[in-house]
Amino acid sequence: MRLFQAVNQDARHWQILALSGLFSISLTTSDFGARPLALLAAIVGAMFAQVAGTVWFNARSAKRKAGSGSHWRASNLEAGLIGWFACFQWKSALITSLSLSILLRANSLWFWLAAGFIGVTAKFLIRYRGKHIFNPACIGIVTVSLIGGSAAWVSPGQWGQAPIFAAFAIGFAALVLSSAKRLDIALGFLIGFAAMLFGRALYLGDPLAIPIHQLQSGALLVFAFFMITDPRSTPDSRIARSVFAFAVAAFAAWLSWEYHIRGAMLYALAGLAILSPILDHLLPAKRFEWNTKKDPQHDPETPRRRVRARPKLVRS
Amino acid sequence: MTLKHLAGACALGLSSFVLSAPIASAFCGFYVAKADTDLFNDASKVVLVRDDERTVVTMASDYRGEPSEFAMVIPVVDVPEREQINVANPGLVDHLDEYTAPRLVEYYDENPCDLKRYRMEMATAAAPPEAMMMEDAGMAPEDLGVVIEAEYEVGEYDILILSAEESDGLITWLNQEGYRIPDGAEDVVGAYLKRGMKFFVAKVNLERHTGSSVLRPIQVAFEDEDFMLPIRLGTVNAEGKQELFVFAITREGRVETTNYKTVKLPSNMDVPIFVKDEFGEFYKAMFEHQTEKENGKAVFMEYAWDMSWCDPCAANPLSQSELRELGVIWLDEDGSDITPMPRPGFGGPQPVDAFVTRLHVRYDGKTFPEDLNFQVTGDRENYQGRYVLRHPWRGDYGQCEAAGEYAETLVERWDEEADSLAKLTGWELEEIKQKMADGGFSAAAIGISEPRPKRKWWDRLWRNN
Repeated sequence: MRLFQAVNQDARHWQILALSGLFSISLTTSDFGARPLALLAAIVGAMFAQVAGTVWFNARSAKRKAGSGSHWRASNLEAGLIGWFACFQWKSALITSLSLSILLRANSLWFWLAAGFIGVTAKFLIRYRGKHIFNPACIGIVTVSLIGGSAAWVSPGQWGQAPIFAAFAIGFAALVLSSAKRLDIALGFLIGFAAMLFGRALYLGDPLAIPIHQLQSGALLVFAFFMITDPRSTPDSRIARSVFAFAVAAFAAWLSWEYHIRGAMLYALAGLAILSPILDHLLPAKRFEWNTKKDPQHDPETPRRRVRARPKLVRS
Repeated sequence: MTLKHLAGACALGLSSFVLSAPIASAFCGFYVAKADTDLFNDASKVVLVRDDERTVVTMASDYRGEPSEFAMVIPVVDVPEREQINVANPGLVDHLDEYTAPRLVEYYDENPCDLKRYRMEMATAAAPPEAMMMEDAGMAPEDLGVVIEAEYEVGEYDILILSAEESDGLITWLNQEGYRIPDGAEDVVGAYLKRGMKFFVAKVNLERHTGSSVLRPIQVAFEDEDFMLPIRLGTVNAEGKQELFVFAITREGRVETTNYKTVKLPSNMDVPIFVKDEFGEFYKAMFEHQTEKENGKAVFMEYAWDMSWCDPCAANPLSQSELRELGVIWLDEDGSDITPMPRPGFGGPQPVDAFVTRLHVRYDGKTFPEDLNFQVTGDRENYQGRYVLRHPWRGDYGQCEAAGEYAETLVERWDEEADSLAKLTGWELEEIKQKMADGGFSAAAIGISEPRPKRKWWDRLWRNN
């Protein structure tokens, strides 16, 4: 029970556990699955960017605070170190690394390192009103596979049937437990995507075994449960999230039918990421924060105007 | 006697090989039999050469029946020009098949009293046996909504490219023409038509047929973003499973299926000597057993290798002209100055920038509901299906201490060989052991008292017993 509470303190703990489970399944059941070295490379890239980003961010806010008469100073070494690394979000970077190593395949470890670095760097640099636009793992994969050509690729089909069901169960459980309040977008996307597949099958006169088979994809699963659900890069209001989920599902289906792109949903999410701030503008709602339940603190990833950071109960 | 040493031996070129085993195949589209002959179509062999969007597909069949009975129906994305179609030398696909086939390697133990060893020899066998079928056949196509987009005579074949509004019309017309389309094909044909695909149908023209019993492979060169192989037509009439071999050649690396799991066929195991005489059965049983383990839903990778070399070679690498005929067009485009480094082992005539992946699929409509989608990856790690036979040294095991110890390791080794054979093929362990004993591979046969307690590792540690 105490263990449960300890894990339950932060929604991301559940995600890390679930992704580790998926990583292990992929590692042990597939000949072309996830590799520990790749995970390590992704972690190195992502953590490096996370450290650099955090320091840069804290330095910027320190400057701002200093200008406004804050007593925070970097001169004191201890306070300085704590200050520089305050709110170092290693959990987010780890989640990004795990997603990368599960989805991305490449012929050199550099690609995972680069994907981790690019993804997390984009999180710090490409923002609109303090909210990052791209899901880090998604933009990392899309960028390196566009640059790398056939040297970096996504392997969506390398999950057997039993592993895929186990993986779906893990993903779903993690989402429910983490209560990141993003079950709606995962289900919205899955339902939207499934509707397109079934609709197409009906139109073509295909047996339903075909869309059912198409839904058993490891990439689809990780995407639906761990990427598009990223609360930090998806719209804040529920209606906007549903619109967003359906738009990504439709775009992904179109890309894969018209252009036969493998792993089309990643491209769809990266391509439509810009919709998220637009939807936030049209349908404003309360911003999501990653909050630990015991030790709420402000999050340097989201400097917001007007509203002061305050803890928010993720689960009540 | 480690495998490392032995691998070194083959690298030195001490290899020779024996080719055996029947190779046969059928087709991936569908075979339609006339006159109620068996509709069962077995193995097809398809070579896919892919460079960006440029694709050359070579479809081979070992059809041995009446040429007039042969017919082939496959969906294609576009109407090809006459120049895009070719017939290839039938030996081409066979050569590629032999080059990529799972292989059996033999090693001979030397007298343990000398400290020298080996020689190796290898044998290959390949592909399961097959059978095939088909057919021939006419009325006014326009009445049925069928448009003959093009009509070509290529080699011994008469080829039609058809488009149609409705699957019913197309099927009715094909049946009139003597292509016997099985019941239940309407939905599949309709789905392809709705996706804007055309149908490529070929029959043998008896006037141009040389009388040779072998029908040559048909090749089509085209450009398409989609890297896929239509297999659904083949499942319509399936009585049982279909067998398909895909040989994919690219410049970048391995090819994998994106909508089905790709699995490596287990490899590099020591197996009992008797497997040599039944390598064909072994390969079939192993493939069958491994397919069952994946619930019939996996695509097996049997070979993935840089085509400049092989080690050990089941057949010589393909020559540049053979590769060119298969559609490897980039060899000419790159110029001769950019040839890759020669590799160890048996070198090809010349190093070439081509990587082959051999995929083996056993499918039916249930386990493989969808067409095969592929992608080219940048993975150039070499892989081969390779099984090892180790011939024991026979002699007086009492002639020196080393010989006695060697005899004991033999018994352990044979147990392991029997275990791995049972795991690979699902054969009964007891039967395997019996067969080995019959061949003289048992403790009794080499004069070791049977239930000899296994020596503990510490017994061997300081040699103090």
